[in-house]
Amino acid sequence: MPDYTLKELMTIAAAREIRDGDIVFCGTGISMVAAMAAKNISAPNSVIFFETGAIDSLLEEVPLAVSDSRVMFWTSVNGNLADAFAAMQNRVTGPHVVGIMGAAQIDKYGNLNSTAIGDYFKPKVRFSGSGGACDVASFVGRTITFMQHEKRKFVQKLDYITSPGWLDGPDGRKKAGLPAGGPASVITNMATMGFDETTKEMYLTGFFPGITPQKILDNMGFEIDVSRAKEVEPPTEYELQILREKCDPQRLILG
Amino acid sequence: MNISKDKSIRLKEAVGKYVADGCHMSIGGFTASRNPMAAVYEIIRQRIDNLHLYAHSNGQGVDELIGAGCVSRLEIAYAGTGRFAPTCVRFKKAVQKGEIAVEDYSNYQMTLRFLAGAMGVPFLPTRSSLGTDIIAKWGFSSEMRAADPRIPDQKLMVMDNPFGSWGDAPKLVLVPAINCDVTIIHAQKADREGTVRMEGLIFSDVEQAKSAKHVIVTCEELVEPDILKANPDQNQIPSFCVDAVVHVPHGAYPTACYRYYDYDPNYLNEYRRYAEDDRLYKTYLEDFIYGLKDHKALLDKVGRGRLEKIRADKRTGYAVGLDRR
Repeated sequence: MPDYTLKELMTIAAAREIRDGDIVFCGTGISMVAAMAAKNISAPNSVIFFETGAIDSLLEEVPLAVSDSRVMFWTSVNGNLADAFAAMQNRVTGPHVVGIMGAAQIDKYGNLNSTAIGDYFKPKVRFSGSGGACDVASFVGRTITFMQHEKRKFVQKLDYITSPGWLDGPDGRKKAGLPAGGPASVITNMATMGFDETTKEMYLTGFFPGITPQKILDNMGFEIDVSRAKEVEPPTEYELQILREKCDPQRLILG
Repeated sequence: MNISKDKSIRLKEAVGKYVADGCHMSIGGFTASRNPMAAVYEIIRQRIDNLHLYAHSNGQGVDELIGAGCVSRLEIAYAGTGRFAPTCVRFKKAVQKGEIAVEDYSNYQMTLRFLAGAMGVPFLPTRSSLGTDIIAKWGFSSEMRAADPRIPDQKLMVMDNPFGSWGDAPKLVLVPAINCDVTIIHAQKADREGTVRMEGLIFSDVEQAKSAKHVIVTCEELVEPDILKANPDQNQIPSFCVDAVVHVPHGAYPTACYRYYDYDPNYLNEYRRYAEDDRLYKTYLEDFIYGLKDHKALLDKVGRGRLEKIRADKRTGYAVGLDRR
C-alpha cells in the first residue's frame, strides 16, 4: 500500500465526490487541488470555474487566490463576477454546479459560518466573511465542505449563518425560498459525512484508516448516526501519482 | 462628469480633488490582484480619514486603508488576501476592537449593488442569502442609516415574488444600489480621454466605475486613443464615465497586474508580519508610506531586483516559477 499524507487522503476523498460533467466551483487551497485531481483522474469532462469569472483555467501552477493571474491563463472565457454568479443562479447551469467550500463552523444541517465567532457585533474572532460562499450555497446543485474535525467547529448552533445548508431540516430551504440544491458531503481530517435523504441530518459515511467512529464522535459538538459508515479506501498509487505530479508538484497546498 | 479631452493628471492632484474626508469610496480589484495600490498609498499619505468604503473581495487595498486609520465604515463581502492573509490582519484587529463598523454582504450581492447603481435603479433582486444572518444581522443601526442619506434605511429586504409563480422563485432578496462619491480602479491601459482597457479578469470594476459620481483610473500604460480604438471590443469603460486618468507604472504593486507583473510574495508576507504587531505596523506605515514621496519611491525602495522577479512571462501573464512560499 502506498504511503500518503492526511492532506492527500482528504484531497482524493473530495475528488472522488466530483462527477464527470460537473461544473466545479472552487475556492483557493485544497478545494482547487481536489478539483484538479478529479479532472485528471475520474472526471475529465468536468469544468473548473472561479467566482472571479475564469472558466476552464489550465492551472499550470497552483493559484494562491481566486483572483491570481494563474486562473486567468488559458481559459475558455475570462468573464466577471456578475457572469460567474449568474451561471450558478441560472436554472439550466446552476443545478450542474458542485461547489467546494470551507468554513469556521458547521452544524448538523450543513449550515456554515465563515464570518465571526462570538457575538457578531463584538466578535471574539472575525473571519473574512462570505465572499462568494453564501451565493454558491444558495444557488448550486450540491456542495462539498472541507472542515477540520474539532468540537468547536462542529457545533449545535452557529454563531452566524453565513451560507445556507439545509437550514432547519427537510423543508428549510423550501420555506426560506431557496433553490432545491444543498450540502452533499463534508470531508474532514478524520472522516467523510453525508446528509440523510429524509431528515437532512449529517451522518457518517466513512472513517479514515486508523480512526474509529467513536473518536470521530468525541470530536464533534453534536451526535451523528455512524451505523452506515465504512472505512474510506486509501488513495491508489495512480491517484497519488496524478495528485503529486500534475496537481501540486511544488506542494504549495499539499505541504 | 468630466468631458475634457485630456483627463490625465498626477496622482496627488487626483486624490486631492476627488477623495475627501468622510466620502463614500469604492476600490476595484480582487484580493491580491489589480488593487489600485498607488492610489491607496497616496490616500494614506494625504491622511484622509473617516472614509465609508465599499468593496466585494478586496484584500490588500482595504487592509492598508483600515490599518492606516482612513476607514470608519466598511461594506464588504470578503476581506482576505488569498493565502497571504486568509483574513486580512488589520481588518480583523479593527473589527474585533470595534474600531470600524462593518456590514456584511455576499460577493454577488455587492456586484448587483454596484450594477444597480450603474443602471440607475434603487435595487436588484437575487435568491442569494435567504435564511441566513446576512439578511438577519445589520452592521449599521437604524439610527446610523437615518443620519446619513447616503446609506439606505434597510440593509436587505425579502419580498414575495410580485409576478406570483412566474420564474419559480417564491421569495427574493432585494439588494440596495451603491452610488459612491468616487471609485478608483487600476487598469492595464487607458488613454487621456478616459477610455479604459483591462486585461484578464475584470472582476466588478466596470460596475463599480459606472456606479460612482467620480472615477479615478490609474494605468500601467497611458496610450494614444487610436491604439484603443483599433480594437474597441477589448475596451470596457467609455471615456464619459471617467474623471481622472493617472499614469502609474506598477500602480497595483504589491498586488498583481495580469500580463505586467505578479503579486510580490515577499512584500505580502512581510506586510503580514508587520500587520500582526501594532508596534511594528507603525514602523511599516512610516517606512513604506508616510516617509516616501510617491509610488515611484516605494518601487525604488523595493528595488529593481524584486520587480524583475515578479515580471510577467509573455506566454502566461504571470511570473512562472516564482518562489511563492
